[in-house]
Amino acid sequence: MAQTIFDKLWQAHRIADAGDGADLIAIDRVMLHERTGGVALKSLAEAGQPVLAPERAFAIMDHIVSFRAGRGRDESRSPGGETFITQTRAMAKAAGIHLIDTDDARQGIVHVVAPELGLAVPGASIVCPDSHTCSLGALGALAWGIGSSEAEHALATGALRVTKPIQKRVCFNGHLGTGVTAKDAALHLISLHGSGGGARAAIEFAGSAVEAMDIEARLTLCNLAVEFAAFTAVIAPDDKVFAYLQGRPYAPDNELWSRAEASWRALHTDDDAAFDDEIEIDAGDIAPTVSWGTSPEEAVPVTGHVPSDARPAALSYMGLSAGAKLDQLPIDGVFIGSCTNGRLSDLRAAGDVLRGRQVAEGVRAICVPGSQSVLRAAEAEGLDKVFRQAGFEWGSPGCAMCFYAGGETFPPGARVVSSTNRNFEGRQGPGVRTHLASPATVAASAVAGRIADARMFAPMDAVS
Amino acid sequence: MASPFTVHEGVAAPLMLDNVDTDQIIPSREMKAVSRDGLSVGLFAGWRYVSAESREPQADFVLNKPAFRDASVLIAGENFGCGSSREHAVWALAEFGIRAIVAKSFGAIFRDNCVRNGILPIGLPSEDVQAIAVQAVSGARVCIDLPDQTMTCGDHQYAFDIDAYAKRLLVGGLDPIGLTQSRSGEISAFLDRDRAARPWIYGS
Ligand code: SF4
Repeated sequence: MAQTIFDKLWQAHRIADAGDGADLIAIDRVMLHERTGGVALKSLAEAGQPVLAPERAFAIMDHIVSFRAGRGRDESRSPGGETFITQTRAMAKAAGIHLIDTDDARQGIVHVVAPELGLAVPGASIVCPDSHTCSLGALGALAWGIGSSEAEHALATGALRVTKPIQKRVCFNGHLGTGVTAKDAALHLISLHGSGGGARAAIEFAGSAVEAMDIEARLTLCNLAVEFAAFTAVIAPDDKVFAYLQGRPYAPDNELWSRAEASWRALHTDDDAAFDDEIEIDAGDIAPTVSWGTSPEEAVPVTGHVPSDARPAALSYMGLSAGAKLDQLPIDGVFIGSCTNGRLSDLRAAGDVLRGRQVAEGVRAICVPGSQSVLRAAEAEGLDKVFRQAGFEWGSPGCAMCFYAGGETFPPGARVVSSTNRNFEGRQGPGVRTHLASPATVAASAVAGRIADARMFAPMDAVS
Repeated sequence: MASPFTVHEGVAAPLMLDNVDTDQIIPSREMKAVSRDGLSVGLFAGWRYVSAESREPQADFVLNKPAFRDASVLIAGENFGCGSSREHAVWALAEFGIRAIVAKSFGAIFRDNCVRNGILPIGLPSEDVQAIAVQAVSGARVCIDLPDQTMTCGDHQYAFDIDAYAKRLLVGGLDPIGLTQSRSGEISAFLDRDRAARPWIYGS
């Protein structure tokens, strides 16, 4: 029978029927982070449960580590957060799992690091107690976010009980316009079909615009699937994925590579395979998109207006009135980073706007690279100087201002343009008004002091 | 792990407050030891004792009243067990002897934690919860039949919903990890096959 890529991934990991409509699914990799990882490991230890496969479990410090440049080893951005760091470290060592500590050269946001290290490969099942684990579907992995108790379950048993989700395919046909990114494509999709549009579904992203994306852009696209309420997302792996992975530390080496690649090449949706639903989007219709409200579906083109039928609660939290023109809204802050848009290509796109320009007065601008590897690569090509000279703070890798964890943030009422994934009330701090956008839009807005269309900010070397 | 839940009969204590959070169920200062035992003395400590130090019982608190001291069922308002995901709240309730909680709704994580620890969460419409509370105050005991999904109090019977998996765990006295471990033969057979098929996943 014709199968989708998701059917193939599911079948390859299905151990048995788990009853009540669920399957027992084998878990290849468990990723933990310090916010819940230490607690999960401790609770297992107390219950006398060893980790079944410690060699396939990884703890990474990212969520609440300080993003201050030159931070200390245990320094947290969250009051009292040091304990989570030290406890996760101690428990990871005791359990014998891999530990990527705060001062490790591989440290960074778990979903940024997993591809970098080749931990996420096509056909691997990967879980992590963080909802944006779905990012890793960009490499053809079966990856989804779980709760903390499920993390314990996966660590102890090597398997999880999961009900197979429904399946949808979203095709972006044609080409994305100049200055239009995967972030815009995702926000556009969610604004058209609602933040519940992908509810409980495994979504395959396909179409010529997706094929044309590089791996980092695909990671951004899949990252936002959970904001579409999806179970996860996946993209059929292709030569770009294989080229990206070759030589990465945990990717198969010489001898196994060709076997692995051969099996990965079978991971695509068969011609006649059926989906529960299919969505077709003309990529040429997508504009740089910015959210105006407190749900990711409340987004419009950067040149657009707050809709006339906007939800009053969203308007009131965001301090907006219906009909307001987005690109005239003055802003107080910007943030570039996160697992959505904290990779090198994101920093380059923002850097192209910022090079030779200055952040507007009164705007606090922060960039936190998604990983140490991104930070090193950015510094090697002088991007840190571009950001700093423009007036940005340049932080140490981690989730940083993607979510509020107590501690320092923008002041209440601040209007912030952010390359992150969630614009819920309070996500970046009490009363902070988050507008989601691509890194280029964020950079252009920082320079303009208002929400701005990056297409009006051609690179300075091209201008002169 | 937990003892199987089939039919349970007992005293039901009404704690008719909405949004009782896990910090009220067990204040963080009561979670001193790194263990799941010995938590029941800290259960509702902020309400149960005149002061945390003296442990002198607060006479008005429902679980201190002679009629409810041995309660094994709690009757609560809306969104019981909201707030932080600390499982200690459920451990404390279980150790105290609570086997079921009847409420209009529950915090989602708290509800899952109840099921994992042998406590049956029963969601009923608020009129029914109120009616049961009134009966309980006048001395009626409750009888819960989980296989049958009914609860009797006074001369009324109430049917309740529970998902099939949660019911299976509770009726069998199983915890999810233990349930999956009972399939360890199938898991290791899978791993042996898979290790040969996809050695790169397993490293060296
Ligand atoms: S960057 Fe934000 S969304 Fe991504 S893992 Fe960290 S907290 Fe979660």
